Amino acid sequence: MSESQKYHTISVLVENEFGVLARVAGMFAARGFNIDALSVAPTTDAKMSRMTLITHGNELIIEQILKQLNRLIDVIKVVDVSSEECVRTGLMLVKVAPSEADRKRVQESVEKFKGRILDSTDSRNFVLEFVGENEAMESLLKNLQEFNIVEVARTGNIAMQKGKAILASKSEDS
Amino acid sequence: MEMTGAQILMECLKEEGVDLIFGYPGGAILHVYDELVRHPDIRHVLVRHEQGAVHAADGYARVTGKPGVVLVTSGPGATNTVTGLATAIMDSIPIVVITGQVPLGMIGNDAFQEADIVGITRSCTKHNYLVKDVKDLQRIVKEAFHIARTGRPGPVLVDFPKDLQLHKAEYLPYDQVKVRSPRATYEGHPGQIKKGWELIKSAKKPLYYVGGGSVLSRASEELKELAYLTKVPVAMTLMGLGAFPGTDDLSLGMLGMHGTYYSNMAINNCDVLVSLGARFDDRVTGKLSEFSKNSKKIHVDIDPANVGKCVMIDVPIVGNVKHVLKEFIKLAQADAKSLPQFQKQIQPWWDQIQEWKTKAPMKYEQDEGAIRAQYAIDMLYQMTGGDAIVTTDVGQHQMWAAQFYHFKEPHRWCTSGGLGTMGFGFPAAIGAQLAFPDKKVICITGDGSIQMNIQELATAVEWKTPVIIAIMNNKFLGMVRQWQELFYDNRYSEVQMEVQPDFVKLAESYGAVGLRATKKSEVKEVIQKALAEKERPVVIDFVTTLEDNVYPMVPAGGAVSDIVLA
Repeated sequence: MSESQKYHTISVLVENEFGVLARVAGMFAARGFNIDALSVAPTTDAKMSRMTLITHGNELIIEQILKQLNRLIDVIKVVDVSSEECVRTGLMLVKVAPSEADRKRVQESVEKFKGRILDSTDSRNFVLEFVGENEAMESLLKNLQEFNIVEVARTGNIAMQKGKAILASKSEDS
Repeated sequence: MEMTGAQILMECLKEEGVDLIFGYPGGAILHVYDELVRHPDIRHVLVRHEQGAVHAADGYARVTGKPGVVLVTSGPGATNTVTGLATAIMDSIPIVVITGQVPLGMIGNDAFQEADIVGITRSCTKHNYLVKDVKDLQRIVKEAFHIARTGRPGPVLVDFPKDLQLHKAEYLPYDQVKVRSPRATYEGHPGQIKKGWELIKSAKKPLYYVGGGSVLSRASEELKELAYLTKVPVAMTLMGLGAFPGTDDLSLGMLGMHGTYYSNMAINNCDVLVSLGARFDDRVTGKLSEFSKNSKKIHVDIDPANVGKCVMIDVPIVGNVKHVLKEFIKLAQADAKSLPQFQKQIQPWWDQIQEWKTKAPMKYEQDEGAIRAQYAIDMLYQMTGGDAIVTTDVGQHQMWAAQFYHFKEPHRWCTSGGLGTMGFGFPAAIGAQLAFPDKKVICITGDGSIQMNIQELATAVEWKTPVIIAIMNNKFLGMVRQWQELFYDNRYSEVQMEVQPDFVKLAESYGAVGLRATKKSEVKEVIQKALAEKERPVVIDFVTTLEDNVYPMVPAGGAVSDIVLA
């Protein structure tokens, strides 16, 4: 990624209808934008879902992404939650198969990075869980490399504005 | 009152003021066609190919401003609408397409004539729907029309499973049906408009760059008023033609790859560029890094995504062109005292433009005997007093029509500008003619393009539409040939159509009139005969010079200043 390109986390409130994910993903594919990570789940209002996606690009591309998202009829609201005004976090599961000598140190590492061992039923393989921002996960993975990473599953960021700001829906019935 | 899905659909169409639909029946839409019989107030035009139906609805929409409506069956009927939908979305044309679908429970089973048309058309519609419950149908159809015409217009598709066409639901009073509305800003931001006006006033070399948005928003009167107040030159894109009279002294004609020399020079040398419903398309800008480098840019567009998409904009104004122009006019009137000074300030710019006009006026070679396509189009222009509705297909004839048929008014020019769809012109002409039975409608086409939807001759004969199909027959795919001549060292690859029908006999076999002109001296006579025809479509086979090129030409990817004059 070049200097001017940055990762952005974008929260999108959408109608909870079939095909919405395809519309959003299809728009990214058709216009040559990237989706680095994506998570979708219903909100407390059953009519709406919330998508959080991570993308990258220069300022102009991010502006186009936000505008093109806004053009989709099923999109209710779009907010770039990359700024300081937002909190972001994600979940990562890592399976490691360390050498016998390293096994004890896995426990220490997990504690150091505030993770959990979710599975140790097989004495040679461990499933670890970590919570944190996308960027922090990258450096965490580097640290875990010495334990022989065999599998990684990540959600990417989800995000929320700080304080009283909310990603509320607009009223739009006519 | 309780109604079946098919009945609800018909009632909704009538509520929307639809009295004409283009379509083709089939298995999955049978219940709707059965209901149609009971609604004689909705005329149905049976086309010969579903693609023709969408282009006809498109032509209807372009000349009336009302959404065109299409009714087809599932599977192949639905997939045949795709090119028409893609054509419409590129040019922002409101169309509502209703497709039959296999019964709800069979969707996903690879049933007979099943196609995932909602999936297929997602990227070539403004929005689309699969009806999953007949209770939603009324809301969906109302919303479809609302979305098609609101903000930046576009096509909407409604996929309607066969079983739901017979399911019953309560029909509500139409005004009680709540719909979602697409985001659309009509009024421009007053502060931005003020900024824009100040920038125009400061200009020494201003230019109005007028696109399809000026036509779609019906901004012609406002555009004329502002242009006459300010005396700023007006250049139009292919889609903008007619928004301002092409014959006016302030008009610099068409911009872009095959636009006039002087409009292209003006756009590249201006100091304030005012885009009015145009989108800085590559056919206008050429090489972006070289495009109009020294100008400050004002961009008026109803679609915020268009603003700043291709070039950096100094004063973005999101809004409907008509509304924004009204505000500009108010500001201009308030500044009436300073306008003479402004006109004096831009006089040297006009002198410069005049020089460009003198250097390279729009003209074509005059031959003794052979027919130049430009001559045939010029004669069509002169003999109709520039008053016809003109549709085109795509290629050399399209560019010559744009160059030599000068429109005084908007909504008389139907051409596939964005997608560049061959086969568009003739069905679009039928749609336009049905909208305006008393107007002269001419489809200017080529021998390649016309063969892409020539089956609609049957439709045109059946509906007694006296459309004139003027074929510029050079026995080549002329525009591709031109590129092969200029950029591939004359290596012609698959551009010669060695076998072609006898277009005169073909027309006659359909019950249409067939005419042919092979010499320049015959051109006026055949046009006269064609214009006299009141009930039958007329095919004119203009046998033209074979290897003529469209000029001026800005080579693809080149800078506007690389323009080749001949």
